[in-house]
Amino acid sequence: MEQVKDKKFGMVIDLDKCTGCGSCMVACMSENNVPFREDETDKLLSVAWMRVYKMTNRKPYPDTEVCYFPRPCMHCEGQHSGHSPCVSVCPAVATDYSTATGIVSQIYTRCFGCRYCMAACPYHARVFNWFDPVWPHGMEKSLSPDVSVRMRGVVEKCSFCYHRYQKAMEKAYVDGRKELEENEYQTSCTQACPAGAITFGDLNNTHHEVYKIAQPDHKHHGKSKNPKVFRLLERLGTNPKVYYLSSRKWVRQLGDNYRPDEIMK
Amino acid sequence: MSTLDDQAKESTDEAAVESTEAIQDNGTGGYIILFFILGFIASLLVGWIAFPMALYSKKEQPVAFNHALHMDEVENGCESCHFFRDDGSYSGVPKLEQCIECHEEVQGDNENEAHFVSEYVEKEREVPWLIYSKQPDCVFFSHAAHVLKAKMDCVTCHGPVGEMESLPVYEENRITGYSREVWGKNIAGLKKNSWDRMKMDDCADCHKESNNKVTSVQTEKDACFVCHK
Repeated sequence: MEQVKDKKFGMVIDLDKCTGCGSCMVACMSENNVPFREDETDKLLSVAWMRVYKMTNRKPYPDTEVCYFPRPCMHCEGQHSGHSPCVSVCPAVATDYSTATGIVSQIYTRCFGCRYCMAACPYHARVFNWFDPVWPHGMEKSLSPDVSVRMRGVVEKCSFCYHRYQKAMEKAYVDGRKELEENEYQTSCTQACPAGAITFGDLNNTHHEVYKIAQPDHKHHGKSKNPKVFRLLERLGTNPKVYYLSSRKWVRQLGDNYRPDEIMK
Repeated sequence: MSTLDDQAKESTDEAAVESTEAIQDNGTGGYIILFFILGFIASLLVGWIAFPMALYSKKEQPVAFNHALHMDEVENGCESCHFFRDDGSYSGVPKLEQCIECHEEVQGDNENEAHFVSEYVEKEREVPWLIYSKQPDCVFFSHAAHVLKAKMDCVTCHGPVGEMESLPVYEENRITGYSREVWGKNIAGLKKNSWDRMKMDDCADCHKESNNKVTSVQTEKDACFVCHK
């Protein structure tokens, strides 16, 4: 079979553009059949693949600054291919790293809910289903058939809308192609963002917008050559594929857990 | 020492006595063996015949459809009714829309045809076909990837459906709700032809044989998301 070049799908989130509106969270939940409950006050029990955090520089008025921080799954590659924190601890082979797409998959029917992966993930990107999903009357008819609905007792997380990749590939096969255009595969959150803060694409493809902004140095575990670009907790060495862009230094420092007195390299 | 030896001797003596008794009491031993054989045969019958019969309920398709007859009439083979849409998805089970192209009115004097036209075409009701190859919710299957990219034949997975003159009885597993085609006709899970079963192992075997690129870090096979969703 003809070999197709490996992809490394990734994302750049421009924190200067993000207004914290939460459209990405809503789009993600409806796209991926993410369950919710009537009472969502206890956030430890609620399920969200994409979550927007609020950060402040902790300075008193008038120097207070706020930054909103969307956090999908980082799809970590690790120090060598597929050595993601979650993949390497899963005892059930329920989560897997694909070298063809760079996406960390989660197979719900395979997962037995030990939650090792949740403990291993430094980003809280994984959530546990404490309850079977209950949809408001009639809503089960509006669920997406492209994403399987999860049951109680399994872990779930962002898949970079992998079903959209599958659908786009199907169309490409019908058209007699083996490769996708950049705009054919975009995640739901990317398209929903009204500020255009999220850019999604192939980090291996130098023509893709995401490559141009993130400028990943693949020889140094994807570290960005762009001084304004950082990754969340980059110094842990998880080698995430989600990059953040900010012109504000305190944001970049907070993103990598710098001590207040520590000087940024 | 001596007591241990004595005990050992006693027990061998007892065993010897018992065995001579068993030989003398021929009738009882024969019955025990007979009962064992009968019980064994009964368990086999229950396990291999009664249980599979009880496990599957039999359903008739709503319309008696003749694939062989249609294959002679249509121009484009299987693709006349089962085709790819422009967006890459696959129209597996034909909608009434396709049937109406030829069957707007009753053709010939077949009573199945008359039933189909009066019940479905005239009432504009979709035929509730039972799908033999229906897979669980967690399975992603792309007809485009298999038929267009890998150039596979329909028969490889579905068998010679095009030559069938009547639709097979739909057997539904009472526990899982899936069609018997998924597990296979053979209750032991043995298969002779590539289309006899539609389980994950059958997909995996072919994916392994076809030398697909190893993309999964965990399994050293195809990545999980290739077939799962």
